[in-house]
Amino acid sequence: MSTLSVIYTLWLRQVKRYLRSRARIIGSLGQPLLFLVALGFGFGPIYQRAGGGDYMQFLAPGVIAMGILFTAVFSGIEIIWDRQFGFLKETLVAPVSRFHIMIGRTLGGATVASLQGVIVFMIAIIAGFRPAHYIMLPLALIFVFLIAILFTALGTAIASVLEDMQGFQLTMNFLVMPLFFLSGALFPLDGLPTAMIRVAQIDPLSYGVDGIRGTLVGGAHFGLAVDFLVLSMITALFLALGSYLFSKIQI
Amino acid sequence: MGKIIDVHDLVRDFGEFTAVNDISFSVARGEIFAFLGPNGAGKTTTIKMLTTLLTPTSGKIRLNDHDPVTEQNKVRRSFGIVFQDPSLDDELTAYENMQFHGMLYRVPSKIRKERIKELLTFVELWDRRDSLVKQFSGGMKRRLEIARGLVHHPKILFLDEPTLGLDPQTRNRIWSYIKDLNQKEKMTVFFTTHYMEEASRVANRIAIIDKGTIIAEGSPKKLKEQTNTSSLEDAFLALTSQAIREESSGSIDHMRMARKMWKR
Repeated sequence: MSTLSVIYTLWLRQVKRYLRSRARIIGSLGQPLLFLVALGFGFGPIYQRAGGGDYMQFLAPGVIAMGILFTAVFSGIEIIWDRQFGFLKETLVAPVSRFHIMIGRTLGGATVASLQGVIVFMIAIIAGFRPAHYIMLPLALIFVFLIAILFTALGTAIASVLEDMQGFQLTMNFLVMPLFFLSGALFPLDGLPTAMIRVAQIDPLSYGVDGIRGTLVGGAHFGLAVDFLVLSMITALFLALGSYLFSKIQI
Repeated sequence: MGKIIDVHDLVRDFGEFTAVNDISFSVARGEIFAFLGPNGAGKTTTIKMLTTLLTPTSGKIRLNDHDPVTEQNKVRRSFGIVFQDPSLDDELTAYENMQFHGMLYRVPSKIRKERIKELLTFVELWDRRDSLVKQFSGGMKRRLEIARGLVHHPKILFLDEPTLGLDPQTRNRIWSYIKDLNQKEKMTVFFTTHYMEEASRVANRIAIIDKGTIIAEGSPKKLKEQTNTSSLEDAFLALTSQAIREESSGSIDHMRMARKMWKR
Protein backbone atom coordinates (compact mmCIF):
# COMPACT_ATOMS: atom_id res chain seq x y z
CA MET A 1 0.00 0.00 0.00
CA SER A 2 2.60 2.49 1.05
CA THR A 3 4.81 1.38 -1.82
CA LEU A 4 1.98 2.15 -4.20
CA SER A 5 1.46 5.56 -2.65
CA VAL A 6 5.11 6.46 -3.27
CA ILE A 7 4.90 5.31 -6.88
CA TYR A 8 1.62 7.19 -7.23
CA THR A 9 3.18 10.38 -5.82
CA LEU A 10 5.96 10.37 -8.39
CA TRP A 11 3.59 9.41 -11.19
CA LEU A 12 1.25 12.23 -10.24
CA ARG A 13 4.06 14.74 -10.24
CA GLN A 14 5.11 13.86 -13.80
CA VAL A 15 1.54 14.01 -15.08
CA LYS A 16 0.77 17.29 -13.31
CA ARG A 17 3.86 18.90 -14.75
CA TYR A 18 2.90 17.78 -18.22
CA LEU A 19 -0.71 18.93 -18.07
CA ARG A 20 0.44 22.28 -16.75
CA SER A 21 2.95 23.07 -19.49
CA ARG A 22 0.71 23.85 -22.44
CA ALA A 23 3.67 25.28 -24.34
CA ARG A 24 5.41 21.94 -24.13
CA ILE A 25 2.37 20.01 -25.32
CA ILE A 26 1.78 22.27 -28.29
CA GLY A 27 5.49 22.57 -29.06
CA SER A 28 6.00 18.85 -29.19
CA LEU A 29 3.13 18.45 -31.63
CA GLY A 30 4.81 20.59 -34.27
CA GLN A 31 7.14 17.87 -35.44
CA PRO A 32 4.59 15.06 -35.89
CA LEU A 33 2.28 17.50 -37.64
CA LEU A 34 5.07 18.50 -40.02
CA PHE A 35 5.88 14.87 -40.78
CA LEU A 36 2.25 14.05 -41.46
CA VAL A 37 1.73 17.03 -43.73
CA ALA A 38 5.06 17.18 -45.56
CA LEU A 39 5.66 13.47 -45.96
CA GLY A 40 2.06 12.28 -45.92
CA PHE A 41 0.87 14.65 -48.60
CA GLY A 42 4.28 15.06 -50.26
CA PHE A 43 5.01 11.39 -50.89
CA GLY A 44 1.36 10.34 -51.10
CA PRO A 45 1.00 10.49 -54.89
CA ILE A 46 4.27 8.74 -55.69
CA TYR A 47 3.59 6.04 -53.10
CA GLN A 48 0.22 5.49 -54.69
CA ARG A 49 1.73 5.25 -58.18
CA ALA A 50 4.31 2.74 -56.94
CA GLY A 51 1.41 0.56 -55.88
CA GLY A 52 1.78 1.01 -52.12
CA GLY A 53 -1.73 2.33 -51.58
CA ASP A 54 -2.60 5.23 -49.32
CA TYR A 55 0.62 6.57 -47.79
CA MET A 56 -1.18 8.45 -45.01
CA GLN A 57 -2.57 5.11 -43.79
CA PHE A 58 0.94 3.71 -43.73
CA LEU A 59 2.67 6.74 -42.28
CA ALA A 60 0.33 7.73 -39.43
CA PRO A 61 1.23 4.80 -37.11
CA GLY A 62 4.91 5.62 -37.65
CA VAL A 63 4.40 9.26 -36.73
CA ILE A 64 2.37 8.28 -33.65
CA ALA A 65 5.30 6.08 -32.59
CA MET A 66 7.64 9.01 -33.21
CA GLY A 67 5.63 11.28 -30.92
CA ILE A 68 5.80 8.67 -28.18
CA LEU A 69 9.50 7.99 -28.70
CA PHE A 70 10.55 11.64 -28.41
CA THR A 71 8.37 12.46 -25.43
CA ALA A 72 9.37 9.27 -23.61
CA VAL A 73 13.13 9.69 -24.06
CA PHE A 74 12.85 13.31 -23.06
CA SER A 75 10.87 12.47 -19.91
CA GLY A 76 13.61 10.07 -18.91
CA ILE A 77 16.40 12.51 -19.73
CA GLU A 78 14.77 15.22 -17.61
CA ILE A 79 16.36 13.47 -14.64
CA ILE A 80 19.59 15.26 -15.51
CA TRP A 81 17.83 18.56 -14.84
CA ASP A 82 16.13 17.32 -11.74
CA ARG A 83 19.25 15.75 -10.45
CA GLN A 84 20.99 18.95 -9.44
CA PHE A 85 18.11 21.35 -9.09
CA GLY A 86 14.81 19.71 -8.75
CA PHE A 87 12.72 17.28 -6.99
CA LEU A 88 15.18 14.41 -7.38
CA LYS A 89 17.50 15.41 -4.55
CA GLU A 90 14.49 15.88 -2.37
CA THR A 91 13.25 12.38 -3.22
CA LEU A 92 16.65 10.77 -2.71
CA VAL A 93 16.79 11.81 0.95
CA ALA A 94 13.20 10.65 1.53
CA PRO A 95 12.68 7.29 3.25
CA VAL A 96 11.73 5.49 0.04
CA SER A 97 13.67 3.09 -2.14
CA ARG A 98 15.29 4.30 -5.31
CA PHE A 99 13.66 1.49 -7.21
CA HIS A 100 10.20 2.82 -6.34
CA ILE A 101 11.25 6.34 -7.29
CA MET A 102 12.45 5.10 -10.66
CA ILE A 103 9.30 3.05 -11.29
CA GLY A 104 7.01 5.95 -10.33
CA ARG A 105 8.85 8.41 -12.52
CA THR A 106 8.99 6.02 -15.44
CA LEU A 107 5.28 5.22 -15.26
CA GLY A 108 4.57 8.96 -15.08
CA GLY A 109 6.79 9.68 -18.07
CA ALA A 110 5.22 6.78 -19.96
CA THR A 111 1.72 8.06 -19.22
CA VAL A 112 2.69 11.47 -20.55
CA ALA A 113 4.25 9.93 -23.68
CA SER A 114 1.13 7.82 -24.24
CA LEU A 115 -1.09 10.89 -23.97
CA GLN A 116 1.14 12.51 -26.54
CA GLY A 117 0.66 9.47 -28.78
CA VAL A 118 -3.11 9.77 -28.44
CA ILE A 119 -2.99 13.45 -29.38
CA VAL A 120 -0.89 12.67 -32.47
CA PHE A 121 -3.44 9.98 -33.34
CA MET A 122 -6.19 12.58 -33.27
CA ILE A 123 -4.15 14.95 -35.44
CA ALA A 124 -3.63 12.10 -37.88
CA ILE A 125 -7.39 11.60 -38.03
CA ILE A 126 -7.77 15.25 -38.94
CA ALA A 127 -5.08 14.82 -41.62
CA GLY A 128 -7.13 12.05 -43.19
CA PHE A 129 -5.94 8.89 -41.44
CA ARG A 130 -8.69 6.27 -40.98
CA PRO A 131 -8.04 3.22 -38.78
CA ALA A 132 -9.32 0.07 -40.45
CA HIS A 133 -10.74 -1.42 -37.25
CA TYR A 134 -11.77 0.88 -34.43
CA ILE A 135 -12.34 -2.23 -32.35
CA MET A 136 -8.57 -2.73 -32.28
CA LEU A 137 -7.94 0.63 -30.59
CA PRO A 138 -7.50 -0.84 -27.08
CA LEU A 139 -4.92 -3.26 -28.46
CA ALA A 140 -3.12 -0.38 -30.15
CA LEU A 141 -3.10 1.40 -26.80
CA ILE A 142 -1.25 -1.53 -25.25
CA PHE A 143 1.49 -1.13 -27.84
CA VAL A 144 1.49 2.61 -27.28
CA PHE A 145 2.02 2.16 -23.54
CA LEU A 146 4.65 -0.53 -24.02
CA ILE A 147 6.89 1.62 -26.20
CA ALA A 148 6.27 4.57 -23.88
CA ILE A 149 7.62 2.61 -20.90
CA LEU A 150 10.43 1.14 -22.95
CA PHE A 151 11.80 4.49 -24.08
CA THR A 152 11.21 6.34 -20.81
CA ALA A 153 13.25 3.62 -19.10
CA LEU A 154 15.93 4.02 -21.78
CA GLY A 155 15.97 7.79 -21.20
CA THR A 156 16.29 7.19 -17.46
CA ALA A 157 19.20 4.83 -18.02
CA ILE A 158 20.96 7.37 -20.23
CA ALA A 159 20.28 10.27 -17.86
CA SER A 160 21.68 8.26 -14.96
CA VAL A 161 25.10 8.09 -16.58
CA LEU A 162 25.24 11.53 -18.23
CA GLU A 163 26.81 14.29 -16.17
CA ASP A 164 25.05 17.23 -17.78
CA MET A 165 22.90 18.33 -20.69
CA GLN A 166 25.92 18.37 -23.04
CA GLY A 167 25.28 14.73 -23.80
CA PHE A 168 21.66 15.37 -24.66
CA GLN A 169 22.32 16.47 -28.24
CA LEU A 170 24.54 13.44 -28.71
CA THR A 171 21.76 11.17 -27.53
CA MET A 172 19.23 12.81 -29.82
CA ASN A 173 21.39 12.64 -32.94
CA PHE A 174 23.09 9.31 -32.50
CA LEU A 175 20.39 7.34 -30.75
CA VAL A 176 16.89 8.75 -30.97
CA MET A 177 16.98 9.93 -34.58
CA PRO A 178 18.42 6.64 -35.91
CA LEU A 179 15.94 4.69 -33.79
CA PHE A 180 13.17 6.57 -35.53
CA PHE A 181 14.43 6.75 -39.10
CA LEU A 182 15.56 3.12 -39.31
CA SER A 183 12.47 1.64 -37.70
CA GLY A 184 10.19 1.31 -40.68
CA ALA A 185 8.10 4.21 -39.46
CA LEU A 186 8.43 5.98 -42.81
CA PHE A 187 8.86 3.13 -45.32
CA PRO A 188 7.85 -0.54 -45.66
CA LEU A 189 10.49 -3.01 -44.53
CA ASP A 190 9.71 -5.47 -47.34
CA GLY A 191 12.29 -5.65 -50.09
CA LEU A 192 14.92 -3.51 -48.38
CA PRO A 193 18.66 -4.28 -48.65
CA THR A 194 19.60 -6.97 -46.13
CA ALA A 195 21.73 -4.62 -44.04
CA MET A 196 18.80 -2.24 -43.59
CA ILE A 197 16.52 -5.09 -42.58
CA ARG A 198 19.02 -6.30 -40.00
CA VAL A 199 19.23 -2.83 -38.51
CA ALA A 200 15.46 -2.56 -38.39
CA GLN A 201 15.31 -5.93 -36.68
CA ILE A 202 17.47 -4.81 -33.78
CA ASP A 203 15.67 -1.47 -33.46
CA PRO A 204 13.01 -1.87 -30.74
CA LEU A 205 10.91 0.91 -32.25
CA SER A 206 10.39 -1.24 -35.38
CA TYR A 207 8.27 -3.60 -33.31
CA GLY A 208 6.38 -0.71 -31.75
CA VAL A 209 5.60 0.84 -35.12
CA ASP A 210 4.70 -2.58 -36.45
CA GLY A 211 2.40 -3.28 -33.51
CA ILE A 212 0.55 0.01 -33.84
CA ARG A 213 0.32 -0.33 -37.61
CA GLY A 214 -0.79 -3.95 -37.36
CA THR A 215 -3.59 -3.12 -34.93
CA LEU A 216 -4.78 0.07 -36.59
CA VAL A 217 -4.52 -0.68 -40.31
CA GLY A 218 -3.40 -4.32 -40.53
CA GLY A 219 -0.48 -5.83 -42.43
CA ALA A 220 2.07 -6.26 -39.66
CA HIS A 221 5.57 -7.08 -40.90
CA PHE A 222 6.73 -9.17 -37.94
CA GLY A 223 3.27 -10.18 -36.71
CA LEU A 224 1.53 -8.84 -33.60
CA ALA A 225 2.55 -11.73 -31.34
CA VAL A 226 6.23 -11.25 -32.17
CA ASP A 227 5.88 -7.48 -31.72
CA PHE A 228 4.33 -7.91 -28.32
CA LEU A 229 6.84 -10.49 -27.14
CA VAL A 230 9.91 -8.58 -28.30
CA LEU A 231 8.65 -5.28 -26.88
CA SER A 232 7.80 -6.83 -23.51
CA MET A 233 11.20 -8.41 -23.23
CA ILE A 234 13.11 -5.27 -24.16
CA THR A 235 10.92 -3.18 -21.84
CA ALA A 236 11.71 -5.51 -18.93
CA LEU A 237 15.40 -5.33 -19.82
CA PHE A 238 15.48 -1.52 -20.01
CA LEU A 239 13.51 -1.22 -16.77
CA ALA A 240 16.07 -3.41 -15.04
CA LEU A 241 18.96 -1.47 -16.60
CA GLY A 242 17.35 1.89 -15.82
CA SER A 243 16.70 1.07 -12.19
CA TYR A 244 20.18 -0.34 -11.76
CA LEU A 245 21.85 2.77 -13.18
CA PHE A 246 19.44 5.04 -11.33
CA SER A 247 20.32 3.34 -8.05
CA LYS A 248 23.97 4.23 -8.74
CA ILE A 249 23.39 7.98 -9.15
CA GLN A 250 25.57 10.02 -6.84
CA ILE A 251 24.42 13.51 -6.01
CA MET B 1 20.14 15.55 26.79
CA GLY B 2 22.37 13.09 24.91
CA LYS B 3 23.97 13.32 21.51
CA ILE B 4 21.82 13.39 18.42
CA ILE B 5 24.75 13.39 16.01
CA ASP B 6 27.87 11.48 16.90
CA VAL B 7 30.72 11.23 14.40
CA HIS B 8 33.92 9.25 14.90
CA ASP B 9 37.02 9.22 12.67
CA LEU B 10 35.01 10.01 9.55
CA VAL B 11 36.91 9.84 6.26
CA ARG B 12 35.79 10.30 2.67
CA ASP B 13 38.11 9.94 -0.32
CA PHE B 14 37.38 10.79 -3.92
CA GLY B 15 40.12 8.89 -5.71
CA GLU B 16 43.39 10.50 -4.66
CA PHE B 17 41.71 13.43 -3.00
CA THR B 18 40.62 13.25 0.63
CA ALA B 19 37.66 15.57 1.08
CA VAL B 20 37.03 14.71 4.70
CA ASN B 21 40.05 13.58 6.66
CA ASP B 22 39.38 11.83 9.95
CA ILE B 23 36.93 14.14 11.70
CA SER B 24 35.12 13.51 14.98
CA PHE B 25 32.47 15.70 16.55
CA SER B 26 29.09 15.49 18.18
CA VAL B 27 25.95 17.60 18.43
CA ALA B 28 23.71 17.57 21.49
CA ARG B 29 19.94 17.26 21.25
CA GLY B 30 18.29 20.67 20.95
CA GLU B 31 21.50 22.43 20.05
CA ILE B 32 22.05 24.93 17.22
CA PHE B 33 25.31 23.85 15.69
CA ALA B 34 27.24 25.77 13.02
CA PHE B 35 29.63 23.97 10.71
CA LEU B 36 31.91 26.56 9.16
CA GLY B 37 34.78 26.49 6.73
CA PRO B 38 36.12 28.00 3.50
CA ASN B 39 34.92 26.72 0.11
CA GLY B 40 35.99 23.18 -0.58
CA ALA B 41 36.74 22.47 3.09
CA GLY B 42 34.49 19.41 3.20
CA LYS B 43 31.29 20.86 4.65
CA THR B 44 28.90 19.65 2.01
CA THR B 45 30.61 16.26 1.76
CA THR B 46 30.12 15.82 5.50
CA ILE B 47 26.45 16.79 5.28
CA LYS B 48 25.96 14.33 2.43
CA MET B 49 27.41 11.54 4.55
CA LEU B 50 25.25 12.49 7.53
CA THR B 51 22.15 12.51 5.32
CA THR B 52 22.74 9.13 3.57
CA LEU B 53 23.54 10.63 0.17
CA LEU B 54 27.15 9.50 0.30
CA THR B 55 28.78 6.51 2.01
CA PRO B 56 31.86 7.21 4.14
CA THR B 57 35.18 5.68 3.15
CA SER B 58 35.67 4.86 6.84
CA GLY B 59 34.53 5.99 10.27
CA LYS B 60 31.31 5.83 12.24
CA ILE B 61 28.23 8.03 12.24
CA ARG B 62 25.24 7.84 14.58
CA LEU B 63 22.33 10.09 13.78
CA ASN B 64 19.38 9.99 16.16
CA ASP B 65 20.83 6.63 17.31
CA HIS B 66 20.81 5.17 13.81
CA ASP B 67 23.54 4.39 11.31
CA PRO B 68 23.16 6.25 7.96
CA VAL B 69 24.79 3.37 6.08
CA THR B 70 22.79 0.43 7.43
CA GLU B 71 19.59 2.11 8.61
CA GLN B 72 19.02 4.60 5.80
CA ASN B 73 15.28 4.94 6.13
CA LYS B 74 15.32 5.43 9.90
CA VAL B 75 17.95 8.12 9.50
CA ARG B 76 16.03 9.74 6.65
CA ARG B 77 12.90 10.00 8.75
CA SER B 78 14.92 11.72 11.49
CA PHE B 79 16.02 14.78 9.57
CA GLY B 80 14.77 17.53 7.29
CA ILE B 81 17.15 19.28 4.94
CA VAL B 82 17.45 22.52 3.03
CA PHE B 83 20.02 22.06 0.29
CA GLN B 84 22.50 24.60 -0.95
CA ASP B 85 20.81 24.60 -4.36
CA PRO B 86 17.06 24.97 -4.57
CA SER B 87 15.33 21.61 -4.75
CA LEU B 88 11.73 22.66 -5.18
CA ASP B 89 9.64 21.74 -8.17
CA ASP B 90 9.07 25.05 -9.96
CA GLU B 91 6.15 23.75 -11.98
CA LEU B 92 4.17 22.83 -8.87
CA THR B 93 2.46 25.12 -6.38
CA ALA B 94 3.78 25.76 -2.90
CA TYR B 95 1.05 23.57 -1.48
CA GLU B 96 1.77 20.71 -3.88
CA ASN B 97 5.46 20.77 -3.01
CA MET B 98 4.51 20.40 0.65
CA GLN B 99 1.95 17.74 -0.15
CA PHE B 100 4.35 15.62 -2.18
CA HIS B 101 6.88 15.78 0.60
CA GLY B 102 4.27 14.61 3.08
CA MET B 103 3.22 11.77 0.77
CA LEU B 104 6.80 10.60 0.26
CA TYR B 105 7.34 10.55 4.01
CA ARG B 106 3.97 8.81 4.46
CA VAL B 107 2.52 11.40 6.78
CA PRO B 108 -1.15 10.41 7.20
CA SER B 109 -3.45 12.64 5.19
CA LYS B 110 -5.22 14.34 8.09
CA ILE B 111 -2.03 15.19 9.99
CA ARG B 112 -0.42 16.23 6.74
CA LYS B 113 -3.09 18.81 5.98
CA GLU B 114 -2.91 20.33 9.45
CA ARG B 115 0.87 20.34 9.45
CA ILE B 116 1.10 21.96 6.01
CA LYS B 117 -1.28 24.71 7.03
CA GLU B 118 0.58 25.30 10.27
CA LEU B 119 3.98 25.45 8.57
CA LEU B 120 2.94 27.57 5.60
CA THR B 121 1.33 30.00 7.99
CA PHE B 122 4.49 29.98 10.07
CA VAL B 123 6.71 31.00 7.13
CA GLU B 124 4.04 33.45 5.96
CA LEU B 125 3.27 31.70 2.69
CA TRP B 126 -0.22 30.38 3.42
CA ASP B 127 -1.80 33.09 1.27
CA ARG B 128 0.44 32.12 -1.61
CA ARG B 129 -0.10 28.38 -1.28
CA ASP B 130 -1.68 28.02 -4.71
CA SER B 131 0.94 30.00 -6.61
CA LEU B 132 3.46 28.16 -8.74
CA VAL B 133 6.88 28.11 -7.13
CA LYS B 134 8.48 29.58 -10.26
CA GLN B 135 6.73 32.87 -9.45
CA PHE B 136 8.42 33.04 -6.03
CA SER B 137 11.40 35.19 -5.12
CA GLY B 138 14.59 33.62 -3.78
CA GLY B 139 13.62 34.38 -0.20
CA MET B 140 10.14 32.91 -0.58
CA LYS B 141 11.60 29.73 -2.06
CA ARG B 142 13.97 29.38 0.88
CA ARG B 143 11.14 29.84 3.36
CA LEU B 144 9.11 27.23 1.53
CA GLU B 145 12.02 24.81 1.57
CA ILE B 146 12.40 25.22 5.29
CA ALA B 147 8.69 24.62 5.80
CA ARG B 148 8.79 21.60 3.52
CA GLY B 149 11.70 20.04 5.38
CA LEU B 150 9.59 20.10 8.55
CA VAL B 151 6.40 18.41 7.33
CA HIS B 152 7.40 15.01 8.75
CA HIS B 153 8.38 16.36 12.21
CA PRO B 154 12.13 15.78 11.94
CA LYS B 155 14.35 15.76 15.00
CA ILE B 156 17.16 17.52 13.16
CA LEU B 157 17.11 20.20 10.51
CA PHE B 158 20.11 20.47 8.19
CA LEU B 159 20.62 23.81 6.45
CA ASP B 160 23.39 24.10 3.89
CA GLU B 161 23.99 27.84 3.41
CA PRO B 162 20.31 28.69 3.85
CA THR B 163 20.77 32.44 3.55
CA LEU B 164 23.10 32.53 0.55
CA GLY B 165 22.21 35.37 -1.82
CA LEU B 166 19.33 36.74 0.26
CA ASP B 167 18.87 40.31 1.41
CA PRO B 168 19.44 41.19 5.09
CA GLN B 169 15.70 41.45 5.83
CA THR B 170 15.00 37.96 4.54
CA ARG B 171 18.07 36.54 6.25
CA ASN B 172 16.94 37.97 9.53
CA ARG B 173 13.51 36.53 9.11
CA ILE B 174 14.81 33.09 8.25
CA TRP B 175 17.00 32.99 11.34
CA SER B 176 14.15 34.09 13.52
CA TYR B 177 12.02 31.18 12.19
CA ILE B 178 14.84 28.78 12.85
CA LYS B 179 15.47 29.99 16.39
CA ASP B 180 11.74 29.81 17.00
CA LEU B 181 11.56 26.21 15.81
CA ASN B 182 14.55 25.30 17.89
CA GLN B 183 12.86 26.62 21.00
CA LYS B 184 9.29 25.53 20.34
CA GLU B 185 9.86 22.09 18.86
CA LYS B 186 13.17 21.39 20.62
CA MET B 187 14.59 20.71 17.20
CA THR B 188 18.32 20.33 16.68
CA VAL B 189 19.68 22.60 13.94
CA PHE B 190 22.84 21.90 11.98
CA PHE B 191 23.82 24.62 9.52
CA THR B 192 26.63 25.95 7.37
CA THR B 193 27.11 29.55 6.31
CA HIS B 194 29.71 32.00 5.08
CA TYR B 195 28.19 34.84 7.07
CA MET B 196 30.18 34.78 10.29
CA GLU B 197 28.07 37.26 12.19
CA GLU B 198 25.03 35.04 11.56
CA ALA B 199 26.87 32.09 12.99
CA SER B 200 28.02 33.97 16.06
CA ARG B 201 24.53 35.31 16.67
CA VAL B 202 22.58 32.08 16.20
CA ALA B 203 24.82 29.12 17.02
CA ASN B 204 25.31 27.64 20.49
CA ARG B 205 28.39 25.88 19.26
CA ILE B 206 30.63 26.05 16.21
CA ALA B 207 33.04 23.69 14.50
CA ILE B 208 35.47 25.03 11.92
CA ILE B 209 36.63 22.66 9.21
CA ASP B 210 39.48 23.34 6.83
CA LYS B 211 41.06 21.04 4.24
CA GLY B 212 38.98 18.17 5.53
CA THR B 213 40.00 18.51 9.18
CA ILE B 214 38.24 20.11 12.12
CA ILE B 215 40.63 22.77 13.38
CA ALA B 216 38.59 24.39 16.13
CA GLU B 217 35.40 23.75 18.07
CA GLY B 218 33.48 25.58 20.78
CA SER B 219 31.11 28.42 21.53
CA PRO B 220 31.55 31.64 19.51
CA LYS B 221 32.93 33.24 22.66
CA LYS B 222 35.48 30.50 23.18
CA LEU B 223 36.71 30.71 19.60
CA LYS B 224 37.24 34.46 19.93
CA GLU B 225 39.12 34.04 23.19
CA GLN B 226 41.21 31.23 21.77
CA THR B 227 42.36 33.39 18.86
CA ASN B 228 42.39 36.62 20.80
CA THR B 229 40.11 38.35 18.31
CA SER B 230 37.03 40.51 18.69
CA SER B 231 34.78 39.04 16.03
CA LEU B 232 34.09 35.53 14.77
CA GLU B 233 35.12 36.63 11.29
CA ASP B 234 38.59 37.55 12.55
CA ALA B 235 38.76 34.34 14.54
CA PHE B 236 37.79 32.38 11.42
CA LEU B 237 40.44 34.09 9.33
CA ALA B 238 43.09 33.60 12.01
CA LEU B 239 42.29 29.91 12.16
CA THR B 240 41.96 29.14 8.47
CA SER B 241 44.61 31.50 7.02
CA GLN B 242 43.66 34.08 4.46
CA ALA B 243 44.56 32.42 1.19
CA ILE B 244 41.65 32.36 -1.24
CA ARG B 245 40.43 28.85 -1.92
CA GLU B 246 40.39 27.44 -5.37
CA GLU B 247 37.28 25.48 -6.03
CA SER B 248 37.23 23.33 -9.09
CA SER B 249 34.36 24.29 -11.33
CA GLY B 250 32.55 21.06 -11.98
CA SER B 251 29.62 20.25 -14.14
CA ILE B 252 27.26 21.45 -11.42
CA ASP B 253 28.56 24.98 -11.76
CA HIS B 254 28.13 24.85 -15.51
CA MET B 255 24.58 23.66 -15.05
CA ARG B 256 23.92 26.39 -12.55
CA MET B 257 24.97 28.90 -15.18
CA ALA B 258 23.10 27.21 -17.97
CA ARG B 259 19.99 27.11 -15.85
CA LYS B 260 20.16 30.80 -15.17
CA MET B 261 20.45 31.47 -18.87
CA TRP B 262 17.60 29.15 -19.78
CA LYS B 263 15.30 30.75 -17.28
CA ARG B 264 15.73 34.24 -18.74
